Amino acid sequence: MLKLPIYLDNNATTPMDPRVLEAMTPYFLQHFGNAASRNHSFGWQAEEAVDYAREQVAKLIGADPKEIIFTSGATEADNLAIKGVYEMYASKGNHIITAVTEHKAVLDTCKHIEKLGGEVTYLPVNNEGLIDLKELEAAMKPTTILVAIMYANNEVGTVQPIKEISAIARKHGALVFSDATQAVGKMPVDVNKDGIDLMAFTGHKMYGPKGVGALYVRRKNPRVKVTAQMDGGGHERGMRSGTLNVPGIVGFGKACELCMLDMEADTKRVIKLRDRLETALLLLEEAYVNGSREHRLPHVANISFKHVEGEGLMMGFNKNIALSSGSACTSASLEPSYVLKALGLGDDLAHSSLRFGLSRFTTEEEIDYTVKAISETVIKLREMSPLWEMYKEGIDLNTIEWAHH
Amino acid sequence: MAYSDKVIDHYQNPKNVGTLDKADKSVGTGLVGAPECGDVMRLQIQVDDATGIITDAKFKTFGCGSAIASSSLATEWLKGKSVDEAVKIDNMDIVEELNLPPVKIHCSVLAEDAIKAAINDYRVKNGKEALKFEESVIH
Repeated sequence: MLKLPIYLDNNATTPMDPRVLEAMTPYFLQHFGNAASRNHSFGWQAEEAVDYAREQVAKLIGADPKEIIFTSGATEADNLAIKGVYEMYASKGNHIITAVTEHKAVLDTCKHIEKLGGEVTYLPVNNEGLIDLKELEAAMKPTTILVAIMYANNEVGTVQPIKEISAIARKHGALVFSDATQAVGKMPVDVNKDGIDLMAFTGHKMYGPKGVGALYVRRKNPRVKVTAQMDGGGHERGMRSGTLNVPGIVGFGKACELCMLDMEADTKRVIKLRDRLETALLLLEEAYVNGSREHRLPHVANISFKHVEGEGLMMGFNKNIALSSGSACTSASLEPSYVLKALGLGDDLAHSSLRFGLSRFTTEEEIDYTVKAISETVIKLREMSPLWEMYKEGIDLNTIEWAHH
Repeated sequence: MAYSDKVIDHYQNPKNVGTLDKADKSVGTGLVGAPECGDVMRLQIQVDDATGIITDAKFKTFGCGSAIASSSLATEWLKGKSVDEAVKIDNMDIVEELNLPPVKIHCSVLAEDAIKAAINDYRVKNGKEALKFEESVIH
């Protein structure tokens, strides 16, 4: 039986896996201890649970448990990595390289660094969302301390060539930080094979709870340190003070374990469903996939339906299907997605985009229902679209002088 | 953000979607907005030359639900009005009728602009001077 509404916005957040909730429950009421309490069984139990979760998290990314710093989520981990490296390695240099399609948590942190007097290079991307390795190499300076490139993009799912990126950074003596929020748990990520020194990720994008994430900080070859951004009790090897969110961490650990266990099967299923969705929707006229189809997360599709506006499109089915759009009609700025624009999409195509994020819980029935609902709405709205009418009459929309407002 | 019932109703059952012959002298066409901004409205009126009454109005809109609803409502209001009365339609009347939130006020401004552009197109086609309007607030 098809259950409505259908959730296809899993890049925003995933539902929690019931097995995760089950693992967490005892840590709210029975085992509520503070993991830093060293002198009684409540504390010991909490500490043991955190240690176990740390192993589960580390294992998923091929790290040592000691290299995991628990945080409140990926945004905090992004901040800690970039600001922490900037402060810790100030004597070595002040230059950071990142890309224009990074998440705001990285971009705005870099802007902050610039205000502090640091220098930041924002690499452009090609029409698939990939950075150019030659441009990265050319941007490296003796003062470059950090290369911060995301593992996979949240809007289009493009996966960057992290191994090649880290090889270049290392050659020039810079550290590599990757915001891997969308990638961890969805595809194999190994900090050693990938040559990553610091990596941010979070529980709620991989069927775990919200409010808990981690920063991976390399301990060997090289030993990396970050300056704490929050002062206090010196938790997490002094890098992140604050009482540990024990139930959250337990859930995060369980989520990591499940992702590792189910990754192969989940990936196979989700690719099949994503391709089913994409193939069916591309049967519509003037529908285009945004980003890379080759270097892409298995569960993501970003599609533009020319001459219909994304928000208007979603209104046709948002009672029954949860999605997001690159159109920013609701924002005061009226600016469409900066990621899609960085890929070279015209504003019109960016306004016409929908982002699909599938999950391990997505079913074939849900995909078929979605395809039908979207196709019908696209056709209906095109009947209502002056742009579609002009396009059908063979009028080149670029030749019209629009009244920009 | 939730849409008002009236916006949803216009979105689901838009009134007067369609195209009038823009070459016809009795038809005025207003095309406003830009694809880059995420909304384009085309509003057309058919005017009875003898009476100056708008006998028909049609629209096509590329945009969000509020933009579609604003133009749909505008066509409803235009029908049966004289051109002189139509000029007086104010975007805030549309905002009020559709309960548009602040971020969607520009949709109503666009509809008002489309009405005025259609009226001027009709006037110019019929040898009359284009009316001058104050710059819209949001442009």
